[in-house]
Amino acid sequence: MGSVTTKGTAAIVGPGNIGTDLMFKLMRRSEIIEPRYMIGVDPASDGLRRAASVGLEASHEGVDWLLAQDELPDIVFECTSAKAHAANAPRYAEAGILAVDLTPAMVGPLICPPVNLEFNMDATNVNMITCGGQATVPMVAAVSSVVEVPYAEIVASVSSKSAGPGTRANIDEFTETTSLAVSSIGGATEGKAIIILNPVEPPLMMRNSVFCAIPPEAAEPGELQDRILESVHAMVATVQEYVPGYHLRAEPQFDHARETWRGQGRIFVPIEVKGRGDYLPDYAGNLDIITAAAARVGDIMIARKLGVQSTWKSAAELSDLGEAADAPVSDGSEAAESATEKAGV
Amino acid sequence: MGDMTIRPEDAPKVNHIVSESEVREHTDGKAAAADTGTDLRITDSTLRDGSHAMAHQYTEEQVRGVVSALDRAGVQVIEVSHGDGLGGSSFNYGFSKVDEFQLIKAAVEEANQAKIAILMLPGLGTVHHLKKAHEMGASVARIATHCTEADVSIQHFGEARKLGMETVGFLMLSHRASPEKLAEQARIMVDAGAQCVYVVDSAGALVLSDAQERIESVINEIGRDGAQVGFHGHQNLSLGIANSVLAYQAGAKQIDGALCALGAGAGNSPTEVLAATYERMGIRTGIDLGEVLSAAEDVVRPFIPRLPWMDRASITQGYAGVYSSFLLHAERAAERYNVPAHAILQKVGEYGYVGGQEDMIIDIALQLQNEAELGDFAGAGVR
Repeated sequence: MGSVTTKGTAAIVGPGNIGTDLMFKLMRRSEIIEPRYMIGVDPASDGLRRAASVGLEASHEGVDWLLAQDELPDIVFECTSAKAHAANAPRYAEAGILAVDLTPAMVGPLICPPVNLEFNMDATNVNMITCGGQATVPMVAAVSSVVEVPYAEIVASVSSKSAGPGTRANIDEFTETTSLAVSSIGGATEGKAIIILNPVEPPLMMRNSVFCAIPPEAAEPGELQDRILESVHAMVATVQEYVPGYHLRAEPQFDHARETWRGQGRIFVPIEVKGRGDYLPDYAGNLDIITAAAARVGDIMIARKLGVQSTWKSAAELSDLGEAADAPVSDGSEAAESATEKAGV
Repeated sequence: MGDMTIRPEDAPKVNHIVSESEVREHTDGKAAAADTGTDLRITDSTLRDGSHAMAHQYTEEQVRGVVSALDRAGVQVIEVSHGDGLGGSSFNYGFSKVDEFQLIKAAVEEANQAKIAILMLPGLGTVHHLKKAHEMGASVARIATHCTEADVSIQHFGEARKLGMETVGFLMLSHRASPEKLAEQARIMVDAGAQCVYVVDSAGALVLSDAQERIESVINEIGRDGAQVGFHGHQNLSLGIANSVLAYQAGAKQIDGALCALGAGAGNSPTEVLAATYERMGIRTGIDLGEVLSAAEDVVRPFIPRLPWMDRASITQGYAGVYSSFLLHAERAAERYNVPAHAILQKVGEYGYVGGQEDMIIDIALQLQNEAELGDFAGAGVR
């Protein structure tokens, strides 16, 4: 800790709430990445002004300005829109800048750090799915690493105040991208995602329900069920390494197999995410978890590039990472397959 | 049924809140649905809201029977979807016995004059579902959001209009927004392409003037653009019909009902009672009373497992303002965790959960179960 002398530099493109929260997260939590540039397109942007006031080079002249700098960043975090990122992505790639995409553009592989980052360490562009995906995919993966999950469904409830205009205008992108991640990375054969906005005051914490269909025997008390619970608790602890406010609202609930569930049993995992309050209020756990995941991905990937240790990861994990890094870039389904040996199926 | 026909002059005096001239406008048939010579249009939701009460177990045969009977009765719009709208088949809301697109297709085949409508909730259903429903022949897209979140529907209205569908916006749990706020949200939907916006009393919580003020406020905002306003009532406080009459008097042109009240919570305004009441008032709905009474009594009643009713749990929903479809979910959680359903629903109201948050019922049941266990200790003298 604290021994890193060489830091990677980052540009944040998009000085809105997400970009600003990410900036503070990197400044406060990362010993690997130094946020250097904040890029926008509006000279009157509060976010640009705020970034400049904490010492970043802020420009409203967009990605053109960024790419014209003598010293290019090692990594760029895209916090704009899917359309903007689709246009910018080839330019970052050409300039040799690693891109972490927080938009739904899906130029690169979908990444949930504790589940499949290790299989995508050579990617030059990674996508952070959605807030709901970051909150729920780890739980689906935890269950599917123990038993077959033919179907998984997640319900993300977020406060209205924390859902920005981009999410609202493209809510289908949330459901479709998250569904895809639940299956392709989470390891469920079929995935479904639902998002609910709730305007109640004071705002509700981000709350996610994860339902997985499981074999009937896994829904009954016994060794298999114990292993599922163990896997879920271990995964919660892993996510807490970078999202301290991530926790089970209650113990997972098992329901007996039913005819209307195609003969499957069910596990219900209720997750609450309290934000860290780096910039956004604590109820906005949905925004916190995606910026935290992006920062962690950046930290780990840049640490590897610099040949140093990510301070957000243990030494043992880092050495595992070194081996896995030689593996070919994998899509999520392979990642989930190999995450842990499946049993009982 | 000639002996049941009531002439307009026989109509009982009702408490007019709107002016004479407005009433004349509403009853002369020019303002609404002029092509059909009716004063208002009733949309029957037996096959959508009723899906909640059927635990989403509708069969194709039931759907064909209901559509055929409603069509014969002259009901102009028949809504067919999972209770929670397209894509609602899930762990959270209950899986459909029969794929809803198959049911929509069957409904379209049975209907001669009626249009088939679908409901969708952005965040749950997607444009992909909408297109598929359109391919099956659905021609009215009803797009629902919580009453303060209309902007999530913009892309769906745009897409529905592009498909050439008639569009209706659905502002759910309307009791949770002031008349002014509702008008502002209705404006967002109309600007996005909605041709009608409903004040939706999902919790059956609007009490008479509460409903009427909201209708008036929304009409004042969107009526000048030629957009219509609708009302969707529930029976949790037994006010579905009364609110629908007041809604009409305030200028609403589209009213929802369900045969035998088959719907979430204590059920919807019964379509057959709406038809009888409006006819008694001389308000033309285009519905043949005898046929619609038969549809309720002879077609729907025989397959209903349990008639919707105002019991402790559903009255609590109306009183506490809880989304009606939470009822059966609360009853199931009550059984599973041995806590009272009405206590769960009371908490749902206190916490302000909105439509779609059925998963929170499990949280609350667990919480109540914990509290009950602590209560038992207290009862045993443990402090």
